[in-house]
Amino acid sequence: MASDLPEGGYLPRDRAWQPDALTPPYKTSVARSPQAPLISFPTSLGEETSPVFPDSIMGPLDNDLILNFAQPGESAIGPRIIVHGRVLDETGRPVPNALVECWQANAGGRYRHKNEGYIAPLDPNFGGCGRTITAEDGSYEFRTVMPGPYPWPNGPNTWRPAHIHFSLFGHGFAQRLITQMYFEGDPLIPLCAIVGALKSQAAVDALTAPLDMDRTVPMDARAYRFDMVLRGRRQTYFENRSEGL
Amino acid sequence: MNRSGTLKESPSQTAGPYVHIGCTPNLAGLAMYGGDLGAVMKTGPVQGQEITLKGTVYDGDAAALKDAMVEIWQADAAGLFNSANETRGKADPNFTGWGRSAADMQTGEFVFDTIKPGCVPFPDGRLQAPHISVWIVARGINVGLQTRLYFDDEADANATDPLLTHIADEYRVPTLLAKSEGGGVYRFDIHLQGPQETIFLDI
Repeated sequence: MASDLPEGGYLPRDRAWQPDALTPPYKTSVARSPQAPLISFPTSLGEETSPVFPDSIMGPLDNDLILNFAQPGESAIGPRIIVHGRVLDETGRPVPNALVECWQANAGGRYRHKNEGYIAPLDPNFGGCGRTITAEDGSYEFRTVMPGPYPWPNGPNTWRPAHIHFSLFGHGFAQRLITQMYFEGDPLIPLCAIVGALKSQAAVDALTAPLDMDRTVPMDARAYRFDMVLRGRRQTYFENRSEGL
Repeated sequence: MNRSGTLKESPSQTAGPYVHIGCTPNLAGLAMYGGDLGAVMKTGPVQGQEITLKGTVYDGDAAALKDAMVEIWQADAAGLFNSANETRGKADPNFTGWGRSAADMQTGEFVFDTIKPGCVPFPDGRLQAPHISVWIVARGINVGLQTRLYFDDEADANATDPLLTHIADEYRVPTLLAKSEGGGVYRFDIHLQGPQETIFLDI
């Protein structure tokens, strides 16, 4: 847990836990995965700093996907949900002032994108993107509609489970992360090759948001809880700062 | 791996083909937020040499990735970061240091209008050569790729850089060098595989 020890460099990414670059069942990874080993190197200032994203850049509807693309008086079609949670680091500390961006398909499984060809219709009142900045306790919240599953051309009959993409920017460029959130109980989760890149059931569970009845708004919107964890920093009085590598 | 951290980092998943909706919505045709974050790195007159970085991400079949997104993070001309956790001084207020560029959906080219960074010290006191941290995501990339961009016209500084001198396979070092094309333009192509595979970092 959090301690008062000085902060050192970022803990190395746990490559035994994170997906490998090459996961052949996810076909696009085959030609897009580096083949040489990564060169390991400790973080320094360029990885331990990050740009400033002030609260002031955020509009009042930026985290409300039900309204942020809708015409006045209209709202997005689909099951209304709240997605909320906290952004923490590996040492258990909250990460305040983190930039959280999200994007998703609409309730029918259709993205608003020029390269998207699924037959499901666009919702004129749904754009599919949101953003927010985490609070002092690392918390964030979005309001949106439940995205639909959709087919994708990885195999002859392959479907993505319903999911929301998240992009996270914490306090160091080393923490930069993009991931996806899935919904508890979705039977497509174990069938998906992108989920299949995850190495363990524990990793799948880490990306599967449970229904959260305590935050559900009666007669309005169900809630799902999704906590996210960014890399943490080494804590020691004996940081390697003067004698070199 | 035995770790003293109490939590596991969230597992990464691919950015997928529609990353633009979330990260560069205006480029994707959604008029949102009054502009895309990271599209402008210079918010006024800046100190230092203004440069343009251009490049393309190539896959193992030498095809350009037209759905990649590249981010860069760098110091200002004095070697200071425009960051809440920069403690050494105040960076150029007109230079954000952070850029985000989606590959052109027709050509795959990414572009950054930025400046040449100054030197930043390594923790042991050595000076690092001018460099820019680079992060690449795309459909088919399960975990965002980290690398660094150095400059081919900084031979003296590069020769003593802590990272560049740490790389055992010297023949691969040029994959980290942006090539000057004159007029302040540098090219930094990224090869995910093949004989020119870019050095990627576990950093």
